[in-house]
Amino acid sequence: MKKQFALIIAALTALSMTACGKDTSSSDSSDEAKSAAVRFLNFKPEIATAYEEIVKKYSEETGRTVIVETAANNTYEQTLSAKMATSEAPTIFQVNGPRGYSNWKDYCADLTSTELYTHLTDKSSALSYDGKCYGIPYTVEGYGIIYNKEITDKYFALENKATGFSGMDEVNNFEKLKAVVEDMQANKDALGIKGVFASTSLKPGDDWRWQTHLANIPIYYEFKNNNIDLTSDATKEITFEYGDYYKNIFDLYINNSTVDRKILGSKITDESMAEFALGECAMVQNGNWAWSQINGISGNTVTAENIKYLPIYTGVAGEEDQGLCIGTENFLCINSQADEALQSAAADFLFWLYSSESGKKYVTDSLGFIAPFDTFADAERPDDPLTHEVIDWMSDTSKNNIPWNFTLFPSQTFKEYFGAALLQYAQGSADWENVKNTVVSSWKTESEHLE
Amino acid sequence: MKKYFPLFVLPTLLAFTAAFIIPFIMGIYLSFNKFTTVENAKWVGFDNYVRAFSNGDFLNALWFTALFTAVSVITVNVFAFLIALALTKALRGTNIFRTIFFMPNLIGGIVLGYIWNLIINGVLSYFGVDISYSAKYGFWGLVILTNWQLIGYMMVIYIAGLQNIPKELGEAAQIDGANPRQALRHVTIPMLMPSITICTFLTLTNSFKLFDQNLALTAGAPARKTSMLALDIYNTFYGRAGWQGVGQAKAVIFFIIVALIAFAQLKFTGSKEVEN
Repeated sequence: MKKQFALIIAALTALSMTACGKDTSSSDSSDEAKSAAVRFLNFKPEIATAYEEIVKKYSEETGRTVIVETAANNTYEQTLSAKMATSEAPTIFQVNGPRGYSNWKDYCADLTSTELYTHLTDKSSALSYDGKCYGIPYTVEGYGIIYNKEITDKYFALENKATGFSGMDEVNNFEKLKAVVEDMQANKDALGIKGVFASTSLKPGDDWRWQTHLANIPIYYEFKNNNIDLTSDATKEITFEYGDYYKNIFDLYINNSTVDRKILGSKITDESMAEFALGECAMVQNGNWAWSQINGISGNTVTAENIKYLPIYTGVAGEEDQGLCIGTENFLCINSQADEALQSAAADFLFWLYSSESGKKYVTDSLGFIAPFDTFADAERPDDPLTHEVIDWMSDTSKNNIPWNFTLFPSQTFKEYFGAALLQYAQGSADWENVKNTVVSSWKTESEHLE
Repeated sequence: MKKYFPLFVLPTLLAFTAAFIIPFIMGIYLSFNKFTTVENAKWVGFDNYVRAFSNGDFLNALWFTALFTAVSVITVNVFAFLIALALTKALRGTNIFRTIFFMPNLIGGIVLGYIWNLIINGVLSYFGVDISYSAKYGFWGLVILTNWQLIGYMMVIYIAGLQNIPKELGEAAQIDGANPRQALRHVTIPMLMPSITICTFLTLTNSFKLFDQNLALTAGAPARKTSMLALDIYNTFYGRAGWQGVGQAKAVIFFIIVALIAFAQLKFTGSKEVEN
């Protein structure tokens, strides 16, 4: 009896196993159609739904399937490495510049002959090695100090102000900015703000505005001043000679802020943007992607016509001509290990997106990209005030816009060390020397293993 | 009964091989390789192991983890034991208290981390600082969090152990003239040794492998001084291009350390157990 019972159980187990097996194999066969489709691993979670609409439209117009997958915030590299090893590897993915390319170069197909590349306005902005293009930038972004003109105008109208300026147009270097900011901070109650600058978010993971974006400026000047060839190995070591200029603006941020500099370690970017949106501060350093965020905060008091950009002045000689930091860290790549047919299908999809009438409409209206392709007419630009500002600064030839050299930063780990040192400096537990040493030494050690 | 072996063991064995043994061997193999995805690995020998120690991060994390484990194993077990003792006395509402003490264990680590991050920062803000100000705050924050989370669970194990001790033993000790402290020291604790073995094992390995609480509470701030081993491995693997193999090598070292310590501890506390 016992034996029989055992046999029945065993048979059932075996049956359920085979049943499971069948299940998976049947779903496999339906997956087959999918695995032959182009897969796109999207970098920006905030536009995931827009991409869903795009691929739907694409399949309506052309009958071809593209599957969009999105990596959660800050997990793109993780998701990409995990997915690359599977049979559902992305056909289209993106890298964040030369450093990202060196990690993924075994997977980056030559895009020189793709139609999209031929329509790229500025060929030098692509990721190119030995005359071949491996990554195509798909958007241009710009950042600087965003300010609320309503509040600055209120300041310039103050009777007891200590500076002689009458508008932000006159503020064109660090010295003037410092004078205005410090006087605004002194008059913060009259202006109805908690501080001039939004809190300098230094919580690990939320410190990219400082260890990446702001750090771009001293590194740009250092490379420029020493005529460094950005594609050479000379970028593997820096002296951080413009570090003191970095300190200028960083001090200004943390000393004239809505919060005390000692508690910056728990502040996140979203809070800074909320402070700006609610009118608790007059200025915040960020880029044109921030408009949707500012506009989306309930109780937002910042109107579209009052949101303006100021270049990030640090005190470098001749900075009166300096513009915004404009560039990209978003390069589209096609997986060279994918099927030939899939690779060309991927290129077709990308070209459709950036050249067809319906595709372009999505790019401008839903994705909000300033697409760097000559298929876009001047009128086909996103309709948000910060993007307009970026385009104005780009077209102003009297200004010298700073490219995004932070794509040359050796690794994420370097940025984290930098951010941690900045936090300790802000809290007062380490001095500025420590920041400088950290930047120089970790840049060097993190570069050692780069190819 | 041998002929039934394939029927009963094979399915499990296959699943175990596919889900554990193969990934494990692949993991060890990959720790000797340079790779971006598991498919394009290139053999580099012991290079990854050398690089794992090339900066102080790993040793710092090891030291921090060891210290944290030592403190939390002791505090968790002492508090869990004391609470279990109190809640096995015939008091009103012990069931409610058991449930309440157990509840933190049902909350996920990330959520717990954020909750305690808010609480601790809220308290520290009265002193004008936050948890990232000093590694000490992060350390004690983690200890408190782990205690809060694990005590309830260990308490349940201790309560079960205490209820398993035959009443006669306590009565006999009482008749022989033992005072409550002597009864605790010479009767209850020896009889409870199996529970102590399992509880120390669980707290030891859990504290050593702590990851999500660490990530959510401090994320290593300030300056990676509060990153524990698991977080350091994660950062190595994903934070730098070309360092995936090094992360893998660290993970292998981590595995060996955890296995050794857990094994030694089981041997040690196991030897103190008495027959019922």
